[in-house]
Order: sequence, then structure tokens, then C-alpha cells
Amino acid sequence: MNNVRNKKRANKSLPFFFKDEFKVFFVIIFVSTILLVTTFTFDKVPPILNRGIQPATFPKGLLVLIMFLTAVIYYLSFKNPWKKEKKLPKPFFLTILSFILFIIISKTLDFFLAISVLSIFVSYNWGEKRIFYLLLVGILFPLVVFIFFEMILGLRFPPGIITNLYYY
Amino acid sequence: MMAPLFSSKLLIVLIFGTLFGLILGVLPGLGPTTGGALILPFTMTLDPLSAIVLLTSIYCAGTYGGAITAVLINTPGTPAAAATCLDGYPLAQKGEAGRALGMATVSSTVGGIFSVIVLVFFAPVLAQLAYEFGQPEYFALAIFGLTMLASIGEGSPIKNLIAGAFGILISTIGKDFMTSIDRFTYGINELSVGIGFIPVVVGLFAISEMLTQSTLLDQVFKRVALKAVKLPSLDDYKKTWKTIFRSSGIGSFIGVLPAEGGTVASLIGYSEAKRFSKEPEEFGKGSIEGIAGAEAANNAATGGAMVPTLALGIPGSATTAVILTGLIIHGVRPGPDLFREQPDFLYGIFGAMLIANVLFFIFGFFGAKLFARITLVPNKILWPMIFAVSVCGTYSLSQSIIDVWIMLFFGVLGFFMRRFGFSVVPVIIGLILGELVEGTLRQSLVIFDGNWLMFLTRPIALTFFILSLIALAFPLLRSKKQKK
Repeated sequence: MNNVRNKKRANKSLPFFFKDEFKVFFVIIFVSTILLVTTFTFDKVPPILNRGIQPATFPKGLLVLIMFLTAVIYYLSFKNPWKKEKKLPKPFFLTILSFILFIIISKTLDFFLAISVLSIFVSYNWGEKRIFYLLLVGILFPLVVFIFFEMILGLRFPPGIITNLYYY
Repeated sequence: MMAPLFSSKLLIVLIFGTLFGLILGVLPGLGPTTGGALILPFTMTLDPLSAIVLLTSIYCAGTYGGAITAVLINTPGTPAAAATCLDGYPLAQKGEAGRALGMATVSSTVGGIFSVIVLVFFAPVLAQLAYEFGQPEYFALAIFGLTMLASIGEGSPIKNLIAGAFGILISTIGKDFMTSIDRFTYGINELSVGIGFIPVVVGLFAISEMLTQSTLLDQVFKRVALKAVKLPSLDDYKKTWKTIFRSSGIGSFIGVLPAEGGTVASLIGYSEAKRFSKEPEEFGKGSIEGIAGAEAANNAATGGAMVPTLALGIPGSATTAVILTGLIIHGVRPGPDLFREQPDFLYGIFGAMLIANVLFFIFGFFGAKLFARITLVPNKILWPMIFAVSVCGTYSLSQSIIDVWIMLFFGVLGFFMRRFGFSVVPVIIGLILGELVEGTLRQSLVIFDGNWLMFLTRPIALTFFILSLIALAFPLLRSKKQKK
């Protein structure tokens, strides 16, 4: 209980733009505004074909509702500040980095190579240093997954430097 | 009712689903919702009945499986087992882990079977009522389902509503289904067909959980030794049978309410067990009634949650939202017509749920010790493997790499949503109900010639709107009461 109170107090002493409440409020309002502007670019249906409401009306209503509710939670946070979240640890950022690596490798080199690299990278950075287990998650398991999807489910994976060795 | 299940293929699917569900339930962070999402792409290779039997057996067994971890390592394998920790772990610490798990197994099975009976009798009645529904009534019903999101879990009701509205917004991406006009496609061809359910479901549940696990690597579990699961004694039965049946009723009722589910049911089942107990002071210290109250309720919610899912197409819980996704991708549209046109299909599901409850009793009773060992698989091995399955599963559906990127995007988004107190479940429910909400609204306005006030002239629609207002007001009143 004291811990939560201390966390809340710590969050209260920060300038408003550093607080989680403001960051969340800002991001939602910013993205919603961009999307709302986009809705004005949607094609309009001529009145003769229009049934009920224009295609842009429903998303517009939703975005206005999201922005209104976001303003309400921000307002309520003045009375009842959110608890300050712990700083994100290094493995979190490394996992995000592994996703980026996955996208780059799967796009440029090979889908399964990307899975292997991500698996080894994540496992290693989460604390697994034993070679056998790294090979298990990085090579053996993706191989089993590949065989399962390819042979049993009949799926064809995107071409790449390793996948092509199997296909051609 | 059981006839369709007497095929060897369906029985194998059922046994596999139950075992898989138990494993998922045992592993903290996974559970039947994430597991169902992971297995969803694989169900495409099955016929619709086998696919839904697989998902429902995972649902039933996974809900029970959470109790094993709750008792042995004081960590609920699923959120619905959180209340089981309160008494299960203290009892296990006293050297009675087998007794605690025995009671959890028996009360889960009774709760589960009770709720299937409720499902068999109540779902056709609700479906019959739904014949009276026109477009305005369906719109009002969908709104009611969405406002129930406000009361999901312990999170902020307003945040849940924002998440639900966001889910509906995602459903508007792509070509407008009435006029074929592109919305939010930004010239990307792949987006004109909209965003698929599976990348969003897998991203929000599995990938966001993987990121959450990356922040919890320093967590150490203390496991209590388990010799064998014991059937409760006659004294235990005498003490708990009323609690088990009361919680079964509570769980089934809570499950029927759209968007509620096992977590809420188990908390209410637990608190009611305490209220009626002759020994309330024992609760939190290892009360056998506490375990019975929570476990009977959370498993009873499984059948209850299937009632609105099958009869109306409104998910009763997070996992039934995944099951509903499974029905939709297999071309099965839940609702009253399903009861009239495909009774064999429905009774196959009912029978499968009944058998799954018996199967997890057997597997849980004889295999709990083995399943408990699964918790020893370290996250640094488990999650990279789950990632590989998630990626391939998501890719397999439309063989599109864009779907994999969408999954990753929603994974990261889901992580930050959870971090700042936004539940991801409303996003899925919003996404599923989005087309229904918009479609019925627009068609109703055509019927009403654009006059919004005409909604109030339809008694059933008006009832749902009033219920929606109550659903919105309830969490606010509850939080005020808690402050007092």
C-alpha cells in the first residue's frame, strides 16, 4: 500500500509532460487527430446511392468518442494520478530490437533465418548461455516448425536463401 | 447429443485439445485465450466442427489448468485462477497440495458440467428470442455487449471503453462493406481487405505477453512439492457441496453476461463462498471452501460464456471471443439460424464441452504432477518457441508477410496498452463486433429514414439501451462504494 502511495507521489512530482498520463493522452489524441483528418479524405457516396450514413461518419464518430474518453481519463488523473511504472529493463529493448531484426532479415534474406536469428538472440539475451539450448530453440525447433507447416499443413513459405535450398 | 463425437477423429481432437489446454493453463502468461489464439491458424486445416471442438476443449481444460500453478507456485496459470491462489497455496504450504488440487479438480469438473447443462437448455431459448430481433435490436444488443466491456476485470471502465472503440475502429479499415469505398488504407493494397482477426489476436495476446515476460525475467517461482492428487474426503464434500453448487450457478450466470468471464466469476464465487461460510476467518489461510468457490465458478463461466457466443454472436469472455473468431473464419455465423440449420454442429459442441470436463478431471487427477513439471520450462526457452509458432501460424492463414508485421505491431501496442492499464480483450471484442455494430446501425437508419429517435420506439432495443446505461453506471457506482 505504502509502495503504491510512494509511486503515485513520485509520479505527481514530475513535470506534466513527463507523466505517463500526459504521454498516453498525447499519443492517443495525436494519432486520433491524424486519423480524423484522414476521414475527411474518404470518398463521398452520391445522395442517390447513399444508404443511411456516409462511410466516413461512423469512424468519425468513433474517433471523437475515443478523444472525448481520453480527455476524461486525463482529467480524472489529476485527482487520482496513475502509479509510476518501473523503468523497462534491457531485455525488453533487446526483444524489440530482435523484432526489428526479424523484419529486416525476413524481408531481405530469409523467413526462417529470421526466426532462427530472433530465437537465438532473444534466448541469449534472456539469459540462456548454453549452446545446446540455443541450438535447440534457434535451429532444431524452427526446423520442426518448418517441417510441420510445409509437410503436414502443405504451406509454402516465402522464398529466401535457406528456404530456396529446400524448394529448388 | 454425443453422436457426432463418436468418430475417432473428433475424439483425438478432443483429447489433444484437453491435454493442450491443460499445458496452456499451467503455464503462467499463456492460458486458454492466448493458446486458442495460437492454435487458431492451425484449425484451418480441420473441418468446422473439429476446429471448434478443439478450441472449446482448450477453453475448458485451460481454465482448470490455471489452478495447478495457482496451488503449487502461487501464480495463477490463468487470470481466472487468481482467487484460487488465496487458499490453494497456503493449503499447499501446509503439506496438503494434493488435497487442494483434488478439490480444485472436483469443483472445476462439477462447475463445468453444470454450466454445459445451462448451455444446453438456455442457449436455444436465447436463440429463439433472437428471432424477434431486427437490425435495430441487434445494434442495441451489440452496444450492450460493448458497454459490458466497461466492467471487465479490475481495470478502468473508461480505458476499457476506449480499447473497445479502438477495436471497432480497426474493423473499419479496408473497403466499406456497403459502398466499397476505401477507408484508412493509405494506398496499401493489402489493407483494402481489412485487418484479419488472427494477426491482431495473436499479436495482442501472444506477442504482447512475450514482451511482458521480457520485463519479468528476475521473477523466481517457489514450487511446493506434490506427491499425488487426492480426492476430497467425505468431510470436505459435506463442507463444500453447497459452495460448489452456489458457485456453479454464479459462474454460469456471470458467464452468460456478454464480455464477462471466468475472472469475474471466480472472484464473486470466492467472495460469496466466504460470505456463506461458517468459518470465514479461514479464508486466505488455506480454506478448502475458498478453493471450491473460486474453481467451480471459473469453470462454470465457460459454459455460460458460450451461451451469448452461440445464440447471439456476442462473446461472453475473452476466450469465447477467440472461439467466435474461429467460427467466423470457418464460415459459421452464430445466431438463431445456426440453431435451426445446424443442430448437429451445436450439439457436437455441447457434447465436446461435456466430455472435455470429464477428460480434464481424469488428466488432472492422474497427471497434475506431470503438468506441474511444465512450469519448470524456463521462459528463455519457451517464449522464442512460442514466437516461432506465432509467426508461422499467422503467416499460414493468407500466406502474407504483411500479416506477420501487423501481428508484431499489435504485439508492441498490446504491451504498452497493458502497461498503462488498458485491457487488450475489449480490442478483440470490438474488432469482432465492429462490423455488426456499424452494419446494423446503418441498416437501421435506412429503415428509420435517418431518424435516430426511432430506436426508442422498439421495446427490445430500448431495453438493451437501458441495460447499457446500467452497465456503464455499475462500475462507477462500484468504485464509489469501494472508496467509501
